[in-house]
Amino acid sequence: MDNFWHVITLLFSDAGAELRYIIGVTLTMSLFSTTISTLIGMPLGILIGSREFRLKKPLMRVTHALMSLPPVVAGLIVYLILSRNGPLGAFHLIYSLQAMVIAQVLLISPIVCGLSTSIASIRAPQMLETTRGFGMKRSKEIWLLLYESRSQLISVLMLAFGRSIAEVGAVQIVGGNIAGKTRVMTTAIMLETNKGNFQYAITLGVVLLLLALVVNLASAGLQEK
Amino acid sequence: MKKILLILLACVLVFSFAACTAGQTSDPGVDDQTPTPENPVIRLSTTTSVNDSGLLAYLQPSFEAATGYRLEISSAGTGAAIQAAKDGNADCLLVHSKSQEEAYIADGFGEVRVPFMYNFFVVIGPKDDAANVKEADTAADAFSAIADSGSTFISRGDASGTHTKELGLWVAAGQLESADATADGTLPVIDAPWYLSIGQGMGATLNMAQEKLAYTLSDKATFLANAANLADLDILLERADDMMNTYSMIAVTPERYDDTNYEGAQAFVTWMTSAEAKQLIADFGVAEYGQQLFFNLEDE
Repeated sequence: MDNFWHVITLLFSDAGAELRYIIGVTLTMSLFSTTISTLIGMPLGILIGSREFRLKKPLMRVTHALMSLPPVVAGLIVYLILSRNGPLGAFHLIYSLQAMVIAQVLLISPIVCGLSTSIASIRAPQMLETTRGFGMKRSKEIWLLLYESRSQLISVLMLAFGRSIAEVGAVQIVGGNIAGKTRVMTTAIMLETNKGNFQYAITLGVVLLLLALVVNLASAGLQEK
Repeated sequence: MKKILLILLACVLVFSFAACTAGQTSDPGVDDQTPTPENPVIRLSTTTSVNDSGLLAYLQPSFEAATGYRLEISSAGTGAAIQAAKDGNADCLLVHSKSQEEAYIADGFGEVRVPFMYNFFVVIGPKDDAANVKEADTAADAFSAIADSGSTFISRGDASGTHTKELGLWVAAGQLESADATADGTLPVIDAPWYLSIGQGMGATLNMAQEKLAYTLSDKATFLANAANLADLDILLERADDMMNTYSMIAVTPERYDDTNYEGAQAFVTWMTSAEAKQLIADFGVAEYGQQLFFNLEDE
């Protein structure tokens, strides 16, 4: 409990400037990764789940395999691509916030896609039967499907956000944990643990948990609407 | 089809269990003539620079064959290596930061510090050397030149021995007022856009220097061991007077924790300072890099 109040006072004191900056970078990164992963994964997943086509099964297998892509592997792939002598080296994106978001999108969009596929394939059959009866347009069907599954889809969103904020392997590799630039909560916790500075490490851990709690409360509020 | 898959899966599981238990019971090649000590495991807490250079992996089989002990090596920055010993997770320390070692002994966690070997820190940088570090006489001069030219410098920033050394050099170069930790345990950082503090090990730091064509401070052994991946970097300054890097061993005191293997730690310290180990240390890396990487301190 002492630790908890220590964290709260530190957050709003002068000494907490670095901590606030790290939180800012973490939230920026997680919001961008979650949004982009959702924009890519969710429509794709809904489409795959609600339609029948020849390559559906293989496509779902690949998505499911990518869902268990280890973060360090995603990090390594993005590192090799963005590295100075890699194919996209000319953009100088390595060790930047953008690089971290790219690695996380590679990691998280398959998860969003795979889960959305499952949700859509459960909901779609009965719903389509009804809407076809009404003679509804295909584009309208998708919107209705999204609306009807909103509560589950919000859970997927939260999972994506949780995965992003808790991830350490990929962001360490492509972000480089640069102080005041690409250092996020998880890489900072790793660093302080490696330094043997356990007090500060656990402080950061408590803040991370608080952030997760706030985000979950917000999502619970959304789901109840 | 499903049945075959299930059987395959079961086989894989059984094999992995078998592999695990086999690993636990099999005894590593300890000489039959050497009696196994009562408490045969020594937990050595050391720094990434000693471990990444391959020195310990090279010495380990000879030590184990000679004494019958088994080494369990964990490596981290000096700060964390020392913290592990304080927390009772190590029997012996092998680190390279005199001030941190002395503080450790003053806190009553060990009796003596045994300095036994040294090597040199080197200033690493891009081959075109925009800051003209090659012309510097000392590391402090080199650091001034880097700061004046505004060239990117990557700092370990992880409270390691190399990081401590680097901060001392920045003080000597007039870029920092003090290298001491502040009250909350954080070490000073130069607040400039060209100074990147990354809080990672030596290998990751060198990789970033290669990516960003930046300067950094490294121990020579780790740079040479990774040189194949660092094609755009060179050793720009070495063997200056202010770049000596001394390694010491400290046996962790048995008074704090009951299970500390003090006899084992003593045996390790004794062996590491024996004629056999000295010869091995002097020979390390000579065949591979054409030069000696670690030097024995003379007996005093």
